[in-house]
Amino acid sequence: MIRFSHVTKRFGDRKVLDDLDFEIAKGETFVVVGPSGAGKSVTIRHMVRLLTPDSGRIYVGDDCITEAHGRTLARALDRFGVLFQSGALLQWLSVLDNVCLPLRQKTRLAEGEILRIAREKLALVGLSDAEDLLPANISGGMRKRAGLARAIATEPEIVLYDEPTSGLDPIGSRQIDRLIDSLRQRLSVTSVVVTHDLYSALGIGSRIALLHQGRFVTCDPPEEFIRSPHPAARSFLRAQGIDSMDDVRKAFEK
Amino acid sequence: MFGKSAPFLPDIGKTSFFFFPRAGWLTLARVITREPEFLPPPAPPFGAFGRILVSACRGTGRALLLLLGALAALPFAFSKRNRRDVLEQLYTVGFKSLPVVSVVAFFTGMILALQVGLELRRYGQETNIGMLVCIAMLREMGPFMTGLVVAASSGSAIAAQMGTMTVSEEVAALDVMGIPPVRYLVMPRLAALAVMMPLLTVYTNILGILGGALVGSTQLGISTTAYFDNAFRYAENKDLYVGLFKAFLFGLIMVTVSCHQGFSAREGAVGVGRATRQSVIVSFLLILVIGYFVTRLFYQ
Repeated sequence: MIRFSHVTKRFGDRKVLDDLDFEIAKGETFVVVGPSGAGKSVTIRHMVRLLTPDSGRIYVGDDCITEAHGRTLARALDRFGVLFQSGALLQWLSVLDNVCLPLRQKTRLAEGEILRIAREKLALVGLSDAEDLLPANISGGMRKRAGLARAIATEPEIVLYDEPTSGLDPIGSRQIDRLIDSLRQRLSVTSVVVTHDLYSALGIGSRIALLHQGRFVTCDPPEEFIRSPHPAARSFLRAQGIDSMDDVRKAFEK
Repeated sequence: MFGKSAPFLPDIGKTSFFFFPRAGWLTLARVITREPEFLPPPAPPFGAFGRILVSACRGTGRALLLLLGALAALPFAFSKRNRRDVLEQLYTVGFKSLPVVSVVAFFTGMILALQVGLELRRYGQETNIGMLVCIAMLREMGPFMTGLVVAASSGSAIAAQMGTMTVSEEVAALDVMGIPPVRYLVMPRLAALAVMMPLLTVYTNILGILGGALVGSTQLGISTTAYFDNAFRYAENKDLYVGLFKAFLFGLIMVTVSCHQGFSAREGAVGVGRATRQSVIVSFLLILVIGYFVTRLFYQ
C-alpha cells in the first residue's frame, strides 16, 4: 500500500531519515515509535508530500507520490485521511462544520447528506454532544477526536495518525487507541500511527518500527518487539516500564 | 506552464491549473505551504548578500504565483462552496473598516484644505481649494490613505490569521485534505479586497472632499457652493478612474503580501509576529512605490 524506497532526508546538517526502506501492507496498523525528534512525524509527512525526500521514492499504491503532480497527486491524496498532532481544526468553524468541510469542498453531495455523514462520524468518535462548539471551547482530547472524525469523513483508505495520544491522560489515550482499533475493524482502513507511547503502540499495532538515528532498527509484531535485543528498543521499553505484553493488556483493561 | 522551463521552482511541475483546477491548485499549494528551506551557511560577505538576494527573488516569485493562483480561482467566488466565505470577507474588509476609514478620510480632507488654503490665501487664491482638495483626493490621497488604513487593519489581520493557521498546521491539513488553500483561503480575501478597495476609496474621496468643504466654510470663509463649483469644474473623470485603478492594485498587493507572509510564518508566535510586521511594512512600501509609478504612467 505504501512503500518507502531508500528515502533520505536532511535538515541542514542533520540526517533525519537515512536510507529508509520499508513497506506497509493493506489493512495493517503500522506504528512508528521513537523518542521526540527522531523523525517520526517527518516520516508520515513524506507520505502526503508535505515534505519531499532528498533522495529515494515513496509509492502509494502504484503512484510515486514523490514525483506526482496535478491529478495524480490529487488522486493519491484523496486516499489519505490525516489526524494532526493538534487536531488542526479550523478555529472559526464549529466541530460539525469542521467535519463537513472536506465533504462540502470536495464532493457534490446534498447538504442533508453531508450533515448525516458528519453526524455519523462524530457519533463514531463520541462527540455527538459537542457538534456546535468551537474548537477553542473543547478539550485537547476532544479536539483530537474531532480531527479524527474529519480525517475519516471522506472514508479514506489510509489514515495517518500523528501522535494521537500525546498530551492526553492515560484514560483518554486508551480511548483513542480503542477508537483507532475499532476504525480499522469497521472501515478496514490501513493505519499508520506515529507515537512515543509504547502502550498505545503495542496495544494497537500489527507491526512496530523503532526509528533510531534515521533508520528502523526493529520492524516487528508487538510480541517480537517486546523481546527485541536492540539496545535502543530495550531502553525505550525500560523507560516506559514494559516487560511483557501482560503490562500492556493490563493498561488496556483499566 | 511553469514546468521544466523554470528549474528554479522545482516543486511546481507540469501545471495545468486552468484546465484541471483542483489538481493544478493542489500542485501550486506545494509551493506556498512548502517545507522550510535549509540553505548552507553563507561565506561572508558576498555569500550573505547572495543569500538575501536569492531568498528575496524566491519570495517574490512565490508571492506572484500565489496571486496568479488566486486570480485563476476567482471564477469560483460565486460557487456554492465559496460564496459564504467571499461574503464574509466582503463584510469584514468593507464594513468593519468603515469607522476608521471615515475618520481618516474626513481629517485628510480637512488637513489638505487647511494647509493649502492658508498658503493660497497669501496670494488671494483661496477660492481654488475646492479644486486642489478634490484633485488631490481623487488622484492620490483617496487611494493612498485607504490603502494604508486597510493594509494596517485588514492586511495585518490576514497575515496574522494565515500565519497562525500555518504554524498550527491548519494550512497543511487543508492541503492534505485536498482543499487547495489558495482557493479556500486566498481567493475570498482577494475577491473582497479587489471589490472593496475601490468602493472604500470612493467613500474616502467623498468624505475627504466634504471635510475640505467644512474647513473651507468655517475657517477660510469660502461658501460651500463656491467650493463645490470650483471642485467639479476642474476635476476630470480620468482623475477618478486612475485613483480607483490604483486602489484596485493596492488591494491585490495587500492580499498577495499578507497571505504570502502568513504562509511563510514559521516558529510559532514569534514567526506569526514577524510575518504580520513584515506584511505591513512590505505593503506600505509597495503601495508607495507602485502608487508613484502608476501616477507616472498616467500623468506624463
